[in-house]
Order: sequence, then C-alpha cells, then structure tokens
Amino acid sequence: MIRLPEPKAEVMARRAEIVAALRAIVPGEGVISETLRLKPYETDGLSAYRQPPLAVVLPTSTEQVAAVLRLCHAMGVRVVPRGAGTSLSGGALPLADAVVLGLMRMNRILEVDYDNRLAVVEAGVTNLGITNHVSADGFFYAPDPSSQLACMIGGNVGMNSGGAHCLKYGVTANNLLGLKVVTMAGEVIDIGGRHLDAAGYDWLGLLTGSEGMLAVVTEVTVRILRSAEGQRAMLAAFKGIEIAGQAVDAIIGSGIIPVALEFMDRPCIHACEAFAHAGYPLDAEAMLIIEVEGSEAEQDLLLGKLKEICNRFDPISLKVAQTAEESLAIWKGRKGAFGAVGRISPDYLCMDGTIPTGELPFVLKRIGEMSAEYGLQVANVFHAGDGNLHPLIMFDANNPESFHKAERFGAEILKLCVEVGGCLTGEHGVGVEKRDLMGVQFTAAELDQQRAIKAAFDPGWLLNPAKVFPLEGNPAVAPAALPRAA
Amino acid sequence: MSASFLAPDTEAGVAAAVAAAAAEGVPLGIEGRGSKRGLLRPVQAARGLTLRNLSGITLYKPQELIIAAWAGTPLPEIEAALAEHGQHLIAEPPDLAALFGSAGPASLGGIVATNLSGPRRITGGATRDHVMGIRAVNGRGEVFRSGGRVLKNVTGLDLCKLLTGAHGTLGVLTEITLKVLPAPSATGTIAVRVADLADGVRVLSAGLGSPFGVTGAALLPQGGVGLGGPLAILRLEELPESVAYRSVRLRDELARFGEVALIGDAESRALWRAVRDAEPLGATAEQAVWRVSVQPSAGPGVVAATGFGQALLDWGGGLVWLAGPATAAAHANVIAAATAAGGSFTLFRAPEPLRAAVEVLSPEPPALAEIGRRVKAVMDPRGVLNPGRMRAGL
Repeated sequence: MIRLPEPKAEVMARRAEIVAALRAIVPGEGVISETLRLKPYETDGLSAYRQPPLAVVLPTSTEQVAAVLRLCHAMGVRVVPRGAGTSLSGGALPLADAVVLGLMRMNRILEVDYDNRLAVVEAGVTNLGITNHVSADGFFYAPDPSSQLACMIGGNVGMNSGGAHCLKYGVTANNLLGLKVVTMAGEVIDIGGRHLDAAGYDWLGLLTGSEGMLAVVTEVTVRILRSAEGQRAMLAAFKGIEIAGQAVDAIIGSGIIPVALEFMDRPCIHACEAFAHAGYPLDAEAMLIIEVEGSEAEQDLLLGKLKEICNRFDPISLKVAQTAEESLAIWKGRKGAFGAVGRISPDYLCMDGTIPTGELPFVLKRIGEMSAEYGLQVANVFHAGDGNLHPLIMFDANNPESFHKAERFGAEILKLCVEVGGCLTGEHGVGVEKRDLMGVQFTAAELDQQRAIKAAFDPGWLLNPAKVFPLEGNPAVAPAALPRAA
Repeated sequence: MSASFLAPDTEAGVAAAVAAAAAEGVPLGIEGRGSKRGLLRPVQAARGLTLRNLSGITLYKPQELIIAAWAGTPLPEIEAALAEHGQHLIAEPPDLAALFGSAGPASLGGIVATNLSGPRRITGGATRDHVMGIRAVNGRGEVFRSGGRVLKNVTGLDLCKLLTGAHGTLGVLTEITLKVLPAPSATGTIAVRVADLADGVRVLSAGLGSPFGVTGAALLPQGGVGLGGPLAILRLEELPESVAYRSVRLRDELARFGEVALIGDAESRALWRAVRDAEPLGATAEQAVWRVSVQPSAGPGVVAATGFGQALLDWGGGLVWLAGPATAAAHANVIAAATAAGGSFTLFRAPEPLRAAVEVLSPEPPALAEIGRRVKAVMDPRGVLNPGRMRAGL
C-alpha cells in the first residue's frame, strides 16, 4: 500500500487564503477548489490511488506558472504538476496539502519550422496533436506512447515517454532540442534551444524523465522528422515463447532493425483477437508484429528477409501485409491491447520493467509460474526489440485482497527484472507505484545522491515531493533528513 | 600540468585515488587516455588521474545491442570488437588525434565525458543518447551507478546524461554501457555544387526533409572529392539496394539546386571520416578552433559574422566548425556570432593562455548557473574533480 506524507497542518489551515491568492493570479475558471470539481484531479492513469488535492490551478501562460510557483514557494505549499493525467505510475497523484498545477490549458502550437525540422509547443499540447499538426506536410513527432491521443508533451518530458517505435526513433529525450521550465522558486529558465547539444551540462537530459521533481515544463522545442515513404507490418506466430524470443534475437542479429518489433503472448493474443477481430492465430503461444519502412520495393526486400528469418523458427503462421489496410489490421489488435484486456478484467495493473532481451524466455516462464502461484491472470504485450515488458496483471478492484495480491505480484516481477540485469521501469516512470522498490535497484548512497540533486533544484522539497524516492529518508516526510550539499 | 600521475587499474583504485584527493583537498586533473588535453580550459591540478590502465570490454551482447567497457578502453578496440559482429557506434565519435596533435587513441570514457558525436548525430543521436549505463566515482570517492545494461530505462534521475559531456567535473566515469546498432552494409553520397553556404543549407534541409533517411548532411565551403565548393554532401547508409534506389531519388530531387554527383561506397566512407574528424576545416597548428551549435539555417550567418575564411558545416548546417586567429578578439567575434544566432559556442582548441583567460563555453543564465554550482557541490563537495575545466571557479 502506498503511503503519502502527512499534510502540513499550517498549509491546510490557510487553504482559503491560498485559493484566493491563486485566483488573483489565474482568474475565472482557472482555479478549482470545490470538492466535486476536484474529483477529476484526484487520480491519474494509476486509478487505484486517489487523493483530492488542496486546489487545482490551470494557468494559461509561463508567467502565470511562475507566479503560482512563487506564491507556493513563499507559502511553503507543495505542488504536483500534471499534464493529461495519463501516468500509469501515479506521477500526477495529488497530496492533500498540494496544489495541482495543470498545464492542459497551455495547449498552443507556437511555431513549426520545417527548414530546421522543429516545433515549439506549449506543455499541454497532446503528443498526437504535434504529429497531426505536421502530418499533412509529411512530418511526424517520433515518440508514440500508447496514450498519445491524450497524453501531453509536458508529461512526456517529465516521464521520458517511449512508445512502439523507439527501437528506431528513440524516446522523448532523444527528440528534444529545448525546454522552457519554471523552478519551484518561480524562476523561468530556457534550457537548450533550437540547436543540438548545447554547451555545458546536459540539463535537458537531466530534466527529461525527472518526473516533475526538478522544475515545471511550460514549453518544449521538439524535433520533427520526415516520414518514410511508407511502412508495412507483418505478423509471425510461434509455438513457444522461447522460439519467438529466438526469432527476435535472429532478427536483430541479422542487421535489420525494424521500426517496431512487438511481442504478445497467448493470453494477450486471445484478448486482442476477441476485441479487435484482427485475424490473430489463436493456437500460437507467442506472436510478433514487425514493421518496416521505405518504398514499396524496399518494404518487399526487408519483409522478404524477415520472412526468411522467421521461417527458420517453424512459425505457425506468417502473414505479410500487402497493403496499408492489411498493416492497420495487424496493428489493430496490438493498439487495442490494453482495452482488450480491460474487457476480460476491468481492473489490471500494467507493469513496465525492462530486461536484457536474452532473458526473455526465463522471465516469461517465471511470470507464468508466479501467475499460477498468485492465482491472477497475466497477459504480456511488449516492445521485444528493447526488452521493455508490459505484463498486465488482472485483478478485481472490488476485492481488496485481490488488489494487494496484484501489487505484490507486480513488485515480484519488477524485482525479477532487476535481478536478471534489467530495471524497474522502461518508460512509465517510477511515480508512487514503484517508489518503494527503488532500493531494489539502487543503494542508499545512490538514492541519497539523487535526492541531493533534486534538492539542488528544489531545496525545500515542495515540487512533486512524494514521488520516485522511498518516503524513508525523504525530506518531504522528515525535513530534518534533507540531504546536504557538502 | 600535473606534477604526478596516478594510473589505477581497478575501479576501487580510482575510488581510493579520489577519496585521498578529497581528504587532502588536492585537485585532480582527470583524463581518459589524454588524447584531448587541449580541449576547453587547462586544469590547474597538482595531481593527475589517468584511466588508461582501467581498460577492456566487460560485456558485449550483439543480439541485445549492448556493449560495456572500462572507461580507459581505447576507442579503436571497441570499434574493432563491434566490427567483428557487423555493428558500430551510432554517434560516430570523431578521432581528433590530428586536431589535438596527440599520439594515442581516444578512450571510451573521454568520448563520453566530452559527448562528442560525428556526422550521424543529425539523425542517429549524440553519444549522450546511447549511454545506457554508467559506473562512476563521485568527488567523495564513492562508486555509484546510473542506468543499466538495457535499452530503455527511466528508473530514477538520469545521471548518465548529467555526467555525459560534464568533462569529468561531476564524477570520474569508470565503466560505460552503450547502445550499438548494426553497421549499414552500404554507404553512398550525393554531392551538390551550390552558389553559397545559404544555398548549401537549403540543399541539406531538402535532403533531411526528404523521406530517404539521410544520415549525414555537411557543407564543405572549399569543396572536396575533386569537386569545387561550396559543396553540399548528403549521406545514405542502408542495404545496397536501398542506397542505390535512394541515391537516384535524392539526386533527382536535388538537381534543381545545382550540379549533382553521386559518390560511391569507398570514397563516401573516406569522405565522411574526414568530415567526422574536421579535416576539411584545414586548421593550422597555430590557429584556434571553435565549434558553434545553432539551428541549421543560422549556420551560414555565423560563418559570415566571424569573417573567418575557414569553416566546415555539419549536422545540416547547425554544427559550425571555425578556424581563426588564436586571439581574444577573434574569440569575442565567435561569441557575438553564436549569441546573435541563438546558439552556443565552444572554444575547442587554443593555446593555453587564451583558454585560461576566456570563457570557453557559452555562459548559462544566472538561475541555471546557481543550480549548476549546487549540483557540483553535491557531486564534488571538495571541488577536486577537474576544477576549472569547463568554467573558471567550477
């Protein structure tokens, strides 16, 4: 069970005063304090946890964000930044004494520059919104998390979001040029710019994936890329998980890096097929979706080579899309995987560990064994090329025991990921969900060093203070333990 | 110059050396194999710490696209191991031995500590983008890790990125894990004669904005490969069939800009190796060398504003190499040009007195500089790691 720090009594007592001061900065609908209207903000994509905040503020400019942060800084009020609230790790979970700083009204695309292949956007622009804005001109923004329809670029920066195509195009950190951020003290800082690899420390890299603990992102300069001439997918189904894993190894070993290489296990294939009727083979133990790019002839060449490789592993079925429509059909099930699992079990936890791809067969076998031990179903769908697992653990939220079991199961999977040389989270972030497991991956001294770096940005530990690090040793709980610089 | 050099051959030895330096308050001049000693500001340190003896590949899993090695490993050793499996370093780090007049090869640690990337940076990412994990020793002499040996990892603050490009001022890198990729089997180049540099950047932008996956886009003001300048060059790296197809498509698309030539595989590889190592810049031994990073369309303006005759533009026009007089006045020119273009500058190579006297890197806004001082104090409280290497007093 996730614990949150005790609310500060002195802040709770000054609630009306804080709300009034926020209203003076952001007029009209921009400040929410009524119990009922706070409801939508009490949770995020990790909906098992709920906590209404003190208030919500929805600024429309960097200046307003800076004024809000200056106010909260002066009054000692904690702040939880929020984009679309799609975090699967509870990154935007409020605290009772915190102001939720929502960036969704800062949703303007400020500039698109095709000559320099960049776009300047506000933090509340959705991930897909960027691509939609430039796609008519043949461009796209590469990272494509499953939530891309809703999730916002500011949140993507906070979590260093990935997606199905990062095997080729990289994650958020690899596709940024600059940020406009506001520190907890209310100082507006431009990081990077419109150029690559700005001189000095890589603040852009450090801030990306810092889960809203170092500064609040208000503007992002992203790289946009020209789309390939076309893309096409193929589907390869195998008799065993190990065999599919070997096929993945053989593909990577052949020197071909597909733009996407997705893996689904039997439970996931069945769930997706029932949902999307994509024509997935129901007798398969594992299935790969492989996508390549280029001209028609180049696609044929690559798909031919991939087919030849897959054929070495005695596939149950091998289907190469002949048209864009057939490609979409192959992707349809995968893209709807979370929804499909949701139909079988309305409640599931989506895990996100990464493992060395060579450990895939062992780890999937262990997850299967654990599933039997816990008596909870699990479906696996993940990015095979980079070893980023997404086991979906199904449980019954109306039964607290089932939920706790699912949490213990998930924690055991993540520990296994670390044991085999992997990590707790590949793209969803630590948030509150994996906070208390950080000691599995890091030593106490390593965590203290990371905490001290947070403190270098936010000495008062006011910005998203209950995330990422275990509460023990976290100054948000015990201010006396604030890590010192020297 | 350092009076004495420590050369530990274990990570524990590195940690002990730093711990002792911290205890005694003795600054350490840290280097990988010392091939880029002339980079940035000179370090005034009584003691040197070289990683040349901490060397060797510790893990290589071609199928997992991962290689790890001790920081002092010579880069050619890593490149050779990768080549055996048909793989390569994605960011194409340069060999600057000629530029710095150094004898030995660069180390992996040195390339990561300086975050140097070659032409492929424009589409493949920088060295920092491929550092998946580090082990390092902080200024207290404590070993710490960040990242790991997997390709996707957002667990905790990304200290891999913080230390990459930090020139050894926040920690001594001991082991580095990199993402690698299969090396393309064929390379081809499209060369376009252009009227001037601005026209050249337009050609590069057209190429980079095409769907053909250009992996190098540079501008040679004096020309090259037997062709006169200015010459815009664009690289394709794919399967041979793709290079053949895409070369023709790109050639046709770029013909409207000027005379176009196709350059074959072997000649292409040599050409891009030269660009990677800044050879076409033609910097003489007494000249200073700068690297300015701007948005590509601003590159030609930077060259014009400095008034230097010698330049080389890479990264679509956004990376401007400049060679000019090693004087404070020339440096001021570069600062003005880079600042006006909204970019950043690095005084890359200069005689020691000049490097010691001027700001060698773009200054940071005051609020960020203050955070930088605090982060430095966290990582290196006694200030013993390469003091003054990047900025005076830091």
